[in-house]
Amino acid sequence: MDVSVKRESLEAMRVFDLAKMPLRELNSALHAIAPGTNDTNFEVVNPRGSHAVAVGIDQPVTVEVRGSVGYYCAGMNDGGTVTVHGSAGPGVAENMMSGTVVIEGDASQYAGATGRGGLLVIKGNAASRCGISMKGIDIVVQGNIGHMSAFMGQSGHLVVLGNAGDALGDSLYEAKLFVRGEVKSLGADCIQKEMKPKHLKLLAELLEKAGITGVAPEEFKRYGSARTLYNFNIDNADAY
Amino acid sequence: MSYHNPYTPPRKSATFDDYTLAEIRRAAATGIYDIRGAGTKRKVPHFDDLLFLGASISRYPLEGYREKCDTSVVLGARHAKKPIVLKTPITIAGMSFGALSGNAKEALGRGATIAGTSTTTGDGGMTDEERGHSQTLVYQYLPSRYGMNPRDLRRADAIEIVVGQGAKPGGGGMLLGQKISDRVANMRNLPKGIDQRSACRHPDWTGPDDLEIKIMELREITDWEKPIYVKVGGARPYYDTALAVKAGADVVVLDGMQGGTAATQDVFIENVGMPTLACIRPAVQALQDLGMHRKVQLIISGGIRSGADVAKALALGADAVAIGTAALVAIGDNDPHWEEEYQKLGTTAGAYDDWHEGKDPAGITTQDPELSQRLDPVTAGRRLANYLKVMTLEAQTIARACGKNHLHNLEPEDLVALTIEASAMAQVPLAGTSWIPGKGGF
Repeated sequence: MDVSVKRESLEAMRVFDLAKMPLRELNSALHAIAPGTNDTNFEVVNPRGSHAVAVGIDQPVTVEVRGSVGYYCAGMNDGGTVTVHGSAGPGVAENMMSGTVVIEGDASQYAGATGRGGLLVIKGNAASRCGISMKGIDIVVQGNIGHMSAFMGQSGHLVVLGNAGDALGDSLYEAKLFVRGEVKSLGADCIQKEMKPKHLKLLAELLEKAGITGVAPEEFKRYGSARTLYNFNIDNADAY
Repeated sequence: MSYHNPYTPPRKSATFDDYTLAEIRRAAATGIYDIRGAGTKRKVPHFDDLLFLGASISRYPLEGYREKCDTSVVLGARHAKKPIVLKTPITIAGMSFGALSGNAKEALGRGATIAGTSTTTGDGGMTDEERGHSQTLVYQYLPSRYGMNPRDLRRADAIEIVVGQGAKPGGGGMLLGQKISDRVANMRNLPKGIDQRSACRHPDWTGPDDLEIKIMELREITDWEKPIYVKVGGARPYYDTALAVKAGADVVVLDGMQGGTAATQDVFIENVGMPTLACIRPAVQALQDLGMHRKVQLIISGGIRSGADVAKALALGADAVAIGTAALVAIGDNDPHWEEEYQKLGTTAGAYDDWHEGKDPAGITTQDPELSQRLDPVTAGRRLANYLKVMTLEAQTIARACGKNHLHNLEPEDLVALTIEASAMAQVPLAGTSWIPGKGGF
C-alpha cells in the first residue's frame, strides 16, 4: 500500500513517529481517549520493532502501524482495531479482551496468548504456542502455526488455513480448533472431532469475520478436547 | 544353667518411622501421591534460631511507649508514579478467591485495611468485594492468567508478577473440581466441576530478558503508575533477586519453603526449595551488589508468625514481610472450636491441611455456601487487624530495645544465632562467638 495515499485519505489521523518520540507518548495518548470522542484514528510510523506498541487500548480506536513491531503489540486490547503492516514479535494481542488485531506479515511465539475475546488475524505464519491458554479469543492464521499451539486452550477458536506443528491442542480444555492443512501431531487429550453443520456454520462466520474468501469450511478438520484429563485420574498419568 | 534373653523393647526405625510407613501404605492403597495445603511441616532452621542482643553499654535503647519507633514502609518508588505507603511492614500474601471463600478474602481485606497494610489477590482474579474492602490491593499476575484483565490491572494499587512460590518453586497448581463453583468457573473461563490447572510458567515470556519486556508492557498499560513486584520461590535467591532487579522490578517478593500453598503434592512441599532463613541474606547481598538495597524493596515471606520474626527478617535486610498461613489462623483456620468436625475429617485442629478438598469447617478454604457463612468477615477482619497490630508492637518492642527508631534500622549486627546452621544461613555469629561458618572468625 502506498503510505502517502493512505495518509491523505485519513487526514484526521494522529501520527506518532517512534523514531522521533518515545513509545510512552503513543500509549498515553491512546489511554487518554475519552469515551465517545471522534478523534480515534492513529498511525504509528517507524515502529522499528518496538515492544508494547499500542497496549492497553480501552476505546474503539483505530491504529495503523506502518512496519514491524516487537513483543506484545496490542497487548490487552479492549475494543481497538490495530493493524500491523509488517510482522509482529512474541505475544501479539496477548490477553486481548475485545476488538480486532490484524498482522499483515508473520507473528512470532505466543500470538493471542490468554486472549479473552476479540479477533486476531495473522495473514502470514504464526510461530509456536499460538493461542496458548486462550480464553475466548478467535484467532485466524492464514499460513502455518508452530508447535504446542492452543496449549491448555480454555475457550475460543483457532482457525488455521495452513499446517499445524507438533502437539496441537496439548492439554486442551474447551477451545475449538480448525485446521485446513496437515497436523504434524496432536497433543495430550486433543482429538479430531466430527465437523457437524453447526461447526461448518461457525467456521464460515469466523472466515467471513477475518475477511477470507475462496476457502470453504468443508476443507477443514475440527479438533477438540477428548476431556479425559478433566479430573485427575492416576490411570491417565502416562498421558503427561 | 539356663539363659533367658532379657526383654528388649520393640525398636522402630528412624528411617521408616510411623508416618513414613503410613505414607507407603496410603500410596499403595490409592495409587496417588498426597496432595495438601500449607507449607513445609518438617523442622528447618528458622527465625527461632536467632536472638537479638538488645542494648548494652555500647548502645542505648529507646523508651518503650514514649520514644517513637517508625514502622512505615514505602514500596515501589523505583519506577512507579504511585508507590505504596504502608503503616506496617507486615503485608498479606497472595491467596486466591477459589482457594479461599469470598468471606475469607473479604476478611483479609478488612483486616489489612484497618491495620494500614496491603492484601493481595491470587490465582483466580480480583473480586469486587475484595477490591472494595481493601484499601491497598496488590494484583497478582500469574502464569494461568485466570481472571486477568486490564480493568483490574488499573484499579489495583500494585502488580505482582508471580514467578514462583516457596511451597513449590517450579511448580504449578491444581484447583480440584469440587471447589469450582459457578462463580469460580466463570472467573476462570472454564466449565464447572473440572480440575483447573494453574500453569507452572508464564505463557508469553521465558527468562529475564523477556521478563524485562513484560514488565515494560505492564507499565505501559498502567501508565507507569503501579509498583511492579516480582515474586519468586526460595530457590536461587541471589540470582533470582538480581535478575528481577535487572528486569526492572520495583519490589522483589521472596517466599521460603515454609510459605503455604492452597494445594500441591506433599513431596513437592517437603523436598523442593529452601528455608526462608537461608534465602534472605543472598537476596540482600544481590541488592547490595547492585547498589539497589532499599531502592528495590525486598518482601520476605514463609513462616512469619510473630513480631520477633518480623524484626529478624528486617534485621537481615528485608524491607517488609508477608504473611499467609498466619493470617488464615488469625481469622479462624484450624481453630479448636471446630475440633469435633476436624475429627470427622480424620484430622485435628492444628493439623488440618486438606485445603483443596473444600470441606474446611472454619469456612475459609472452601466454596461451600454453608461452610463459608460460618466466617463472619467483619469479626474475622477485626481479628486479623488485632493480630497485625500485635505483631507490629512486638517488632517495635524489639527494635526499641536495640536502640532503633525505625524497624528498618535493625541490622544483622543486632543478631546472634543459636545453631551453627542458622549462623551459616543468616550470616550472623554463633551466640557467644565471633564465628560465622564460611565467613571466618573463631
